[in-house]
Amino acid sequence: MRHIISLLMENEAGALSRVAGLFSARGYNIESLTVAPTEDATLSRMTIVTRGSDDVIEQITKQLNKLIDIVKVQDLTDGSHIERELMLVKVRAAGEQREEMKRMADIFRGHILDVTDKSYTIELTGPGAKLDAFLEALEPSAILETVRTGASGIGRGDRIMKI
Amino acid sequence: MANMELTGAEIVVSCLRDEGVKHVFGYPGGAVLNIYDEIYKQEDFHHVLVRHEQAAVHAADAYSRSTGKVGVAIVTSGPGATNAVTGIATAYMDSIPLVVLSGQVPTAAIGMDAFQEVDMVGITRPCVKHNFLVKDVKDLAITIKKAFYIAATGRPGPVVVDIPKDITQHKCDYEYPQHVSMRSYNPTSKGHSGQIRKAVQMLLEAKRPMIYTGGGVVLGNAAAQVTELTRLLGYPVTNTLMGLGGYPSPDPLFLGMPGMHGTYEANMAMQHCDVLLAVGARFDDRVIGSPKHFAKESHRIIHIDVDPSSISKRVKVDVPIVGDVAQVLDEMIKLLKAEPAQQPDASEIKAWWTQIELWRAQDCLKFDRTAPVIKPQFVIEKLYEVTGGDAFITSDVGQHQMWAAQYYKFAKPRRWINSGGLGTMGFGLPAAMGVQFAHPEAMVACVTGEGSIQMNIQELSTCTQEKLPLKIILLNNGYLGMVRQWQEFFYEERYAESYMGSLPDFVKLAEAYGHVGMTIEKPEDVEQALRDAFGKHRDRLVFLNFLTDPRENVYPMIPAGKGLSEMILV
Repeated sequence: MRHIISLLMENEAGALSRVAGLFSARGYNIESLTVAPTEDATLSRMTIVTRGSDDVIEQITKQLNKLIDIVKVQDLTDGSHIERELMLVKVRAAGEQREEMKRMADIFRGHILDVTDKSYTIELTGPGAKLDAFLEALEPSAILETVRTGASGIGRGDRIMKI
Repeated sequence: MANMELTGAEIVVSCLRDEGVKHVFGYPGGAVLNIYDEIYKQEDFHHVLVRHEQAAVHAADAYSRSTGKVGVAIVTSGPGATNAVTGIATAYMDSIPLVVLSGQVPTAAIGMDAFQEVDMVGITRPCVKHNFLVKDVKDLAITIKKAFYIAATGRPGPVVVDIPKDITQHKCDYEYPQHVSMRSYNPTSKGHSGQIRKAVQMLLEAKRPMIYTGGGVVLGNAAAQVTELTRLLGYPVTNTLMGLGGYPSPDPLFLGMPGMHGTYEANMAMQHCDVLLAVGARFDDRVIGSPKHFAKESHRIIHIDVDPSSISKRVKVDVPIVGDVAQVLDEMIKLLKAEPAQQPDASEIKAWWTQIELWRAQDCLKFDRTAPVIKPQFVIEKLYEVTGGDAFITSDVGQHQMWAAQYYKFAKPRRWINSGGLGTMGFGLPAAMGVQFAHPEAMVACVTGEGSIQMNIQELSTCTQEKLPLKIILLNNGYLGMVRQWQEFFYEERYAESYMGSLPDFVKLAEAYGHVGMTIEKPEDVEQALRDAFGKHRDRLVFLNFLTDPRENVYPMIPAGKGLSEMILV
């Protein structure tokens, strides 16, 4: 099953490679991983999307907790949560395609960030599935380049991850 | 004057002094010259110059295993650091608290492919509990303090502190921190009392109980508690390879070691019990074989461990208890003494013991006592007799290791020192050195094979320099015996590269280093040779080269991946 795990970790050199190393050494999957500093400069927050049986996920959270630099681990999938991902897509937009592309971006609530006479660069935010849906809605040959951030997640309501 | 300005090198030495370190094992080199210069000037601890960095780490490791203190090793950058890695991985697999200080090229040279540069923090990351690169001399003392704290607490393990050379020259105020607290590291020590209550209830309800304890009992200093609990209940108990000495082996409640080369009775009891109490053990593949076979039995499992990630890793357990094993067992004992409301079902327990005695009657450790050649098992039996069961025994890895574990009946914890997890050949001799430094008056013997001993034989020179009166018990069968055994059983006797066509004259070799050497060829000479080694040559290192039966195998044996009841018996 797919799980989205949030980590708070010491903002130390090498902390990221401890997490990445743990996943590769123990053969766990990483679907996506994002990391950035938080409002507290000593802490970074990481979001990992992974897949595994309940036993594997239990081991992943235990092993993450065991890393000395990790301050907190939360499996967001355990409760109600929100996740968002940002994608930038460069698409072919020439001739009669131009209007069609503009309409597609609007339907998916995307923003066109950059325009040339042959292309648009569209920014799109949403759950991963929405970004997938957008790409599927396009003619494959129209997609020139894509870049995605991977999912970031946060608990809904009063569910707060802080130290 | 509370604070003084010291150089980084002075700080390293002061930290070790203030941490109460008495022995440091190491090898100098360019990146640690400043530290060695300070070691030269001090008298608070003894530095042991080894002949290879791997040996420094093994010696520090065994020093720790035999005392419970944190072992300390110092190595230089680059090859010094990489040579230490096998030692660090060995300690990591067996959860041994170590602090390894490695030199690093100067900060400005890091990443420049400088002479003797390796990314030590990167190389050791998967085999340390934690590691640090010190980038500012102001962080040096607190980092070393953290290293000792992390190494020794929770589930122990090795910690590497990588120190660039310029940091050892920079100066700052020094004060050794008395305490350290880390928001990201707070190991649990007290077990959940509801779970403990549940565990006690389950043990009292058991009809076919079994107690299975591992290295965690030795590391957690819980042997007294295991012994008390076991005797209070009158239940059978087994200690893993890492846990030997956790319960006195000569006692009738003790069923021997479990696992691939465990006793028939221990393995059968593990497989057929209805309630299993696992304490500081991790259901390792060499202990339970395939988890699939193990899970087929309908037993309920209680698991006490300080490391939550050890619980339900290979085998699902019913009552997990995270905590310091000694504290948890203390609480269980208290409950057992206070609540006589329920007693174990005496007739069921008696029937269980009857079954166990039938298994025990198999006498699975029997061997041919009439053979004209020396049987390796016989040497270990005699070693046990001659030392009165009171020696520290280190071992290397292979058949001799299993025989030592099976036939030397360890009565106390921290007496059996071996590389259980990583299985590191070359561990035994440097380990014996570490033990002898910690216990200068004790009998220390290294049980080894002719393959293993040659992996760190250069340490005979360290033993000469330090006048260490170790006894090397070489069970020399001319083969890499465990490899040969697997080839005999599973590869139709194709003995690929398991025979060493030439061996040195070990007697001359020992003598060349200034030690006593003996070759023993006949069974009737075994005991006298051992008596001489521990008697008239007590103050010398004695290298006993026992020429043993080359075709002897370790029994019982469970082939890899099979279940505990699928033993090959002699």
